[in-house]
Amino acid sequence: MMILSGPPPRGRTLQTLIVVVTLALALAPLLFPGAKPLNVAAKVCVYALLGASYDLLLGYAGMVSFAHVMFFGVGSYGVGLALYGLGPSWGAAALGLAAALGVSTVLALAIGLLSLRVQAIFFTMVTLAVSYAFGVLASQLDWLTGGEDGRSFRVPEVLQPGFRLFGGPLFGVAFNGRLISYYLVFFVSLALFLALLRVVNSPFGRVLEAIRENPLRAEALGYRIVFHRTLATCLAAAGATAAGALNAVWLRYVGPDTALAGSIQIAILVVVVIGGMGTLYGAVLGAAVFVVAQNYLQALLGALSAGAADAGLPLLTGLFHPDRWLLWLGLLFVLAVYFAPAGLVGALRSKDEATP
Amino acid sequence: MTASDFGAALPRPKRDLLPIFAPLIVAAIAAPFIGSASSFVTLTAAGVAMGMMIFTMASGLTLAFGMMDVLNFGHGAFISLGAYVATLVFTPLASWAQADSWPLNLALLALALAAAVVVCGLFGLVFERLVIVPVYGQHLKQILATIGGSIVAEQLLYALFGPDVIALAPPASFRGSFVIGDAAIEKYRVVATLVGLVVFVGLTLALNRTRIGLLIRAGVQDREMVEALGYRIDRLFVGVFMAGAALAGIGGVLWALYRQQVHASMGGELLVLCFIVIIIGGLGSVGGCFIGAILMALIDNYAGFLAPKLALVANILLMVAILLWRPRGLYPVGGR
Repeated sequence: MMILSGPPPRGRTLQTLIVVVTLALALAPLLFPGAKPLNVAAKVCVYALLGASYDLLLGYAGMVSFAHVMFFGVGSYGVGLALYGLGPSWGAAALGLAAALGVSTVLALAIGLLSLRVQAIFFTMVTLAVSYAFGVLASQLDWLTGGEDGRSFRVPEVLQPGFRLFGGPLFGVAFNGRLISYYLVFFVSLALFLALLRVVNSPFGRVLEAIRENPLRAEALGYRIVFHRTLATCLAAAGATAAGALNAVWLRYVGPDTALAGSIQIAILVVVVIGGMGTLYGAVLGAAVFVVAQNYLQALLGALSAGAADAGLPLLTGLFHPDRWLLWLGLLFVLAVYFAPAGLVGALRSKDEATP
Repeated sequence: MTASDFGAALPRPKRDLLPIFAPLIVAAIAAPFIGSASSFVTLTAAGVAMGMMIFTMASGLTLAFGMMDVLNFGHGAFISLGAYVATLVFTPLASWAQADSWPLNLALLALALAAAVVVCGLFGLVFERLVIVPVYGQHLKQILATIGGSIVAEQLLYALFGPDVIALAPPASFRGSFVIGDAAIEKYRVVATLVGLVVFVGLTLALNRTRIGLLIRAGVQDREMVEALGYRIDRLFVGVFMAGAALAGIGGVLWALYRQQVHASMGGELLVLCFIVIIIGGLGSVGGCFIGAILMALIDNYAGFLAPKLALVANILLMVAILLWRPRGLYPVGGR
């Protein structure tokens, strides 16, 4: 059976890069020991899945949604609150995930059926409003969600840091609960990514692309636009919900900052656009670039800011302040939209195809 | 043959009055739940004032979309910028704000509004040239570019004015309340309502009584036809976009004085309300935008009183109800 459905990533550099990133993520605990690199790797996995599911909407269906972070939050809160309320068992996690998937699907259906009847632009505005209201609601219902403080919870025993799989270290690596947690995140993300790849290379995915390119013509051929777009919204929502659940289990905490912040939605957009829309593989590269940049760019900006302060340039000091890293990412985002709409993936492909 | 003869020859457009009564119906339904008459008057006055401010911000957005299909997700940055401009005017002229003389206070407010109009209008021009022109007519790219532009603009505001909330008190004679019977109506809300009314009347007159307004309305209905008649609608659009940015700036000043604080995140929050309003009103319709703003603000205030945590959810439910009733909003425009 083919694991990779559909065309492989074209271009040698791109293929190599994808393989390198996947291998680096698979072997992250062995290659880069320590808590911070493992955190970075887990975040790359979560964002790759989040970005890939968003790409189904943005790149394949051609719809801009602001609600992806909401579905991410539904998954986070579903699993987090179930583990918090029912105790650390797999049953509780499964129940939470099932409930979250149900809520996400209902919300996605409602948004799609309500806003896609008239014009795709309605969809964008409605997702923004609903997602914003959901975020406010989640932080206000503090008896349920813990409000701004969020909830810290315990995960099933196998995933707890104190758990040891083989009693002692193997190959010089301690197989503890964190490592098992990481591999849970990695393998679930990988499996769902492959599933999404299957979706976009299915007839359904082709119809989505047809609708994106020419809605009138697709409708004339007999494809129901509202049905296909709504189904895409539901599938993307399910992907985001799963990513949220993984993130909550990895952090063992759920709160507005990690599950529902507006900056997460911006991050998703940046990941997909910089990686390359409509390619899915772009989400993997974009996630790797984004998360690494987020973790190490701030240090660089801090150094630049200090340099500017020494040189007596107050304006530059403000612009290079580490908290302003979104400014530079935003600039990169706008430039990517103008000059490289196919993102990293497109740039790598055209480079390889120009020099065969 | 005069223009009125042409008008007489045409069948009169059917007046659609039902949406106009929607705010009254909402008020009538909410009244028994609120109970006391004085609270009802206070809440209604607050709702009307809030609606006027939201309308001021949202009117430019809906016109720009109607004319050129440009939906600007960076509109929130204009609102925030207007608010920051108000702090720049109010800080050096603090003595004018402290003085208990209403002409001086009014002059200060007018100065702040004028400064916001100029700064936001010019920023709107820059934004249109830099962010929107390269992606005219490409919907997806346009949405993405304006989102990116709004991120950059918001971060620039943080870099220029600092990340902290800036306090901004309204001028002395606009503080306190008018007390009518048991009902208290904040003076500043009356001022904001009046400014909003001036904007609404001015906009309506400009659109309905001037030649440029006629061209704008025609452009909203059918852009290609207006172009075919030889008008440079893209130039007209630049003007509409700048005016929309300036109106957003006015709204930002009013809102900042209303909330008595300024922060760059306010633009994003208000943009959500603006979107709800223009969806309810019908994309491209100024009248619909006005009714939608009043309707949404009334519900926001009533719900905020009855169930404070559900105020925003009530707005979403309102939007859902309106879209189920009229899928294109209260006043659909043209082929949309």
